[in-house]
Amino acid sequence: MRVLLIGVSLTFLALFLVVPLAAVFVQALSLGWSVYVRSLTDADALSAIGLTLLVALIVVPINTIFGVIAAWAIAKFQFAGKSLLITLIDLPYSVSPVIAGMIFVLLFGRQGWLGPWLERNDIHVIFSTAGIVLATLFVTFPFVARELIPLMQAQGIEEEEAARLLGASGLQTFFRVTLPNIKWGLLYGVILCNARAMGEFGAVSVVSGHIRGQTNTMPLHVEVLYNEYNLTAAFAVASLLALLALVTLVLKSTLRWKTAEQLSSEELGYTGD
Amino acid sequence: MGIEVRNITKTFGAFTALRDVSLTVATGELVALLGPSGSGKTTLLRIIAGLDQPDPSSGAILFHDEDVANRNVGSRRVGFVFQHYALFRHMTVFDNVAFGLRVRPRSQRPAKNLIKFKVLRLLKLVQLESMANRYPHQLSGGQRQRVALARALAIEPKVLLLDEPFGALDAKVRQELRQWLRRLHDEIHLTSVFVTHDQDEALELADRVLVMNEGRIEQIGTPDEVFHNPQTEFVVKFLGQVNVFHGRLEGGKVHFSTLAWESPELAGTPTQPARVFVRPHELDVDVECNGHQALRAEVARIHSAGPNVRLDLIAESGEHLCAEVSQDRYHALNIVAGSIVYVTPRDVKIFADKKSIP
Repeated sequence: MRVLLIGVSLTFLALFLVVPLAAVFVQALSLGWSVYVRSLTDADALSAIGLTLLVALIVVPINTIFGVIAAWAIAKFQFAGKSLLITLIDLPYSVSPVIAGMIFVLLFGRQGWLGPWLERNDIHVIFSTAGIVLATLFVTFPFVARELIPLMQAQGIEEEEAARLLGASGLQTFFRVTLPNIKWGLLYGVILCNARAMGEFGAVSVVSGHIRGQTNTMPLHVEVLYNEYNLTAAFAVASLLALLALVTLVLKSTLRWKTAEQLSSEELGYTGD
Repeated sequence: MGIEVRNITKTFGAFTALRDVSLTVATGELVALLGPSGSGKTTLLRIIAGLDQPDPSSGAILFHDEDVANRNVGSRRVGFVFQHYALFRHMTVFDNVAFGLRVRPRSQRPAKNLIKFKVLRLLKLVQLESMANRYPHQLSGGQRQRVALARALAIEPKVLLLDEPFGALDAKVRQELRQWLRRLHDEIHLTSVFVTHDQDEALELADRVLVMNEGRIEQIGTPDEVFHNPQTEFVVKFLGQVNVFHGRLEGGKVHFSTLAWESPELAGTPTQPARVFVRPHELDVDVECNGHQALRAEVARIHSAGPNVRLDLIAESGEHLCAEVSQDRYHALNIVAGSIVYVTPRDVKIFADKKSIP
């Protein structure tokens, strides 16, 4: 029975995960390394890579700070509307990314609520980097908070209270007590947030406008190349995203293991005598 | 005066945790807040520490005659020991104890060497010098509690507050740590308040005991006073096992079954029900009636393992009673389960409605 179960899961994984992943790299390299490198150093490809990095560089820090603040508030304080806040944080999970993109078009598009005002002031949100950043922010904002809330709730508030009683200021308490206690969980959330920020397609696709060399992120660039039957180039860029996924996976497992280790050693600590 | 609490009330929504509580703790005194869970003792301790705020319109809290209402937690200079230690889990024992000194503003922060000196001296005081580089999860419960104490003492607190300090420890460690804490207190004489639900702990450790129930103070007194001279029925019941006879007060006399007690102080009160309390060791047990007024009872169970022998009795009138006799007395009585004995209360506390007589 055990052999059967393991066999089935491994076969399933191989068929639906490993083979496609391998196919991406095989396709990308099918015309040799020089074509692969050329596909990636093409001006439009470089622009897409640059834009993806820029978006991640803006989105991930903002969502990290927001996530820590929200998790801190939810885990360590009692206040009215707390469950509403938790529900709101989860909203992007339950909304289709395409809808998320539409929301921003509806708000900032030419026909949107703020469209005329933005146009008068010559501010471009839709079909520009700003729109892509906003859409990505929306889609990725639960990742850090969701990761931290259960961790911080499990750790309770006594250590913070102890720090305050010993004369530490709010900031000292955060940087010396709270942050060290959540660092692995935080890093885990940041990595997930980053992976999603770089890989997001739906929401970004709606607001970007697919302007080559300007508003195409890597996933969008892959689609454009694919639609032009430029398969090798499409897979070359896709292979970068696949590589990102693999790196994320490795970091994720390492951090999972780290947080689990931290939690179990603490649990041991709290029950052992 | 070390700590003075004046008319503090605290409500959480519809629940009143503290009702108009006042108390004073003399400088250098060790006071126990004793009560069942939900009696408000921890809330009172947290309000003294500044972790919780009393209701806005109520009373005041003074440390050494200075009102601390407007002082925040950090500047009250309170040493606080949590039930579950609340040690900083990612710091070594040394760093835990040094924390309070290191977070001071630069102008008040001692030099590195001085911090090291102070921390090591404190670790020596709590007998953990060799553990300085360990992490909390590598220590036993008793050791962690001592680290927590050293950490609290590091800031040279004006008062020391301990929330169920031995609650999470097993019986033997608890006993050792209790005696050790009393010796430590006699050494450093810091004004201290500790919370406990264990009456033995409170009676053994404290200079004075404050018994709390449902957000009110039932009685404040030395361990001797509260144990031998309880002012309320709650105090009688809470401080150890007690037998209760539901009797009748009539013309200054309480009657129960074949027993009767004079209670001259209740002489003027109308006829009413009265409760008579007797501790197990205050019940005399004999195999003959001897002409004293006594209750006839059957021995249901005998617990002879211990310094004294506990007898579970069933009185003729149906009450379950518990008596405690010395081992010598037990052997002299020569009784077994099923024997008939005669019990005579030696010392009773009588409570009728709102009146008590020792």
